[in-house]
Amino acid sequence: MKKLVFVFLISCLTFLSCSEDQDDKISQATITLSFSHHWDGNLVSNADFNTIKFTNAFGTQLSIERLRYLISKVTFYKTDGSKTELQGYNLVDVTNNQNLTFTSPTPIETGTYTNVSFTFGFNNEDNAGNYQDLNSASWNVPAALGGGYHYMQFDGKFINTSNQEQGFNYHAIRAAENPGDNPTFPQDTFFAVDLGAVTITNNTTFNIEMNIAEWFKNPNTWNLNELNQMLMPNADAQILMYENGLSVFSLKSIN
Amino acid sequence: MRLWKLHIILILLACFSCENESVDQYVATPYQLEIPKLFQDNILAPVIPVDNPMTVEGVELGKKLFFDPILSGDNTQSCADCHAPENAFSDTRKFSDGINGEFGNRNTMPLFNLAWNYDEKFFWDGNTFSLEHQALVPVADPIEMNSTWLDVELKLQQHNEYPSLFEDAFGTTKIDSNLVTKAIAQFERTLISANSKFDEYLLGQTNLTSEELNGFNIFMDEARGDCFHCHGSDKNPLWTDNAFHNNGLDQTFTDLGLGAVTGDPADNGKFKSPSLRNLAFTAPYMHDGRFATLDDVINHYSEGLKNSSTIDPLMKKVNQGGVQLTTEDKAHLKAFLLSLSDTEFVGE
Repeated sequence: MKKLVFVFLISCLTFLSCSEDQDDKISQATITLSFSHHWDGNLVSNADFNTIKFTNAFGTQLSIERLRYLISKVTFYKTDGSKTELQGYNLVDVTNNQNLTFTSPTPIETGTYTNVSFTFGFNNEDNAGNYQDLNSASWNVPAALGGGYHYMQFDGKFINTSNQEQGFNYHAIRAAENPGDNPTFPQDTFFAVDLGAVTITNNTTFNIEMNIAEWFKNPNTWNLNELNQMLMPNADAQILMYENGLSVFSLKSIN
Repeated sequence: MRLWKLHIILILLACFSCENESVDQYVATPYQLEIPKLFQDNILAPVIPVDNPMTVEGVELGKKLFFDPILSGDNTQSCADCHAPENAFSDTRKFSDGINGEFGNRNTMPLFNLAWNYDEKFFWDGNTFSLEHQALVPVADPIEMNSTWLDVELKLQQHNEYPSLFEDAFGTTKIDSNLVTKAIAQFERTLISANSKFDEYLLGQTNLTSEELNGFNIFMDEARGDCFHCHGSDKNPLWTDNAFHNNGLDQTFTDLGLGAVTGDPADNGKFKSPSLRNLAFTAPYMHDGRFATLDDVINHYSEGLKNSSTIDPLMKKVNQGGVQLTTEDKAHLKAFLLSLSDTEFVGE
């Protein structure tokens, strides 16, 4: 008897499931962001890490040992002012070659968009959330600095003025002053990266580049001999990072 | 017309697929791992392999095996001899000796919260993937239990209890190393430590002393302790990143650590960050047990760092030997670290 009921249910399901097949009129596309990294045009991967092989705008030789950063709020804007935000965020981990691509779990309608953007880090509202995966990745910022999460951890070593290797921790967070129970925030240090207008007709991948050298270059020429470690509680340094970060990302191609 | 054919095929498939329903497959009693609230709220779910689901019978069997010297070559040493429960499943000695009195060259790691090691790299140098594979190693290591898995399988098979216990746990009386390590791994996943004074503080059940609170602030201060980048925070109750770092112990390396596993010189001198839970019970410290006390450990980070090519850039003020904590800061940091010890866990 149970078999008969089961067979009947399967039959019903197959009939019903076919009845709507022809009715999908609205086209949707899956969006992927793919991140690559270079140093003034020379491709950088984790195979280039741990060796003093880069020279920054100040003329300091340095290595990269750890690079991971957070992007969030991938947003598509339409001419009528409406916008669609893709769900999720992504911790790009260049060190371990993980999450270099991010595919949103939610598709987007095909059509023409006046701009596409993502946020470097979290905006302040998102930064106040609690994220199990980011906590598990030890991505947190101390509560005395406002809590929330790192935007970027960029660690390495540089050759200092004594011609010795020295560590640096270029950690971008929300700039905070007066660390303690009631820190204050001089300005926002997350930022939106605009990728420009796009017409989506099918599943689409945005190939995004980070020029790592830009973190040390524009508009602030970064002197690692002066600013190398303990930069998280240094709001002025955080603002300099923010200013330099604005020119770090670019859209390489769309396919 | 094609849809009708498809329906007929599906109906036939459904009919045939029902034919084998009467075949019985043994299923042991599912074991519900109790996830502590702070873990549930803040970090990802534990890693439980789909091919080794936890069962009441499997955990019980694993526990019996863990404490049974039958796994060693001469039936004198169990896992618990080096992983003593009263020491958070670690060894108070710098190095542990095997059944022949030979000593290893790494300090015995404590065992707790292992199911939350998301990368599943075990041992100080991460040389083994998965808890199940980890359990294979000590049995056959000549300087540890110095047995062979063939011998262990034979002894267990001829034992008057084990065949039926394996049948209860896995539905078979045929014992092999795969099932032995599965059972031990199941038991090890139940070793959860989450009830320290600091946990109670986070849950609003107790208050910290001013010294402990200040110690936590030092721990979280990038300009002083900066411990949180590698050892977690109030949002990561594991108190480890389970990653590998060179924390400035040596200028040159006699033990390459992760470097010996990966073959990459950039990994030389890197070892896993241990959890800071239960430090009150797990001395001596570091991969080689070189520091007898927690004071020694704090002094190392404060003024004892040694530079090397692979020292982690997160180590601060290396050219000064470290972060130069004051005597008071050191005492408060120690007070906080000890508040992460879980007396209930070691008393179980």
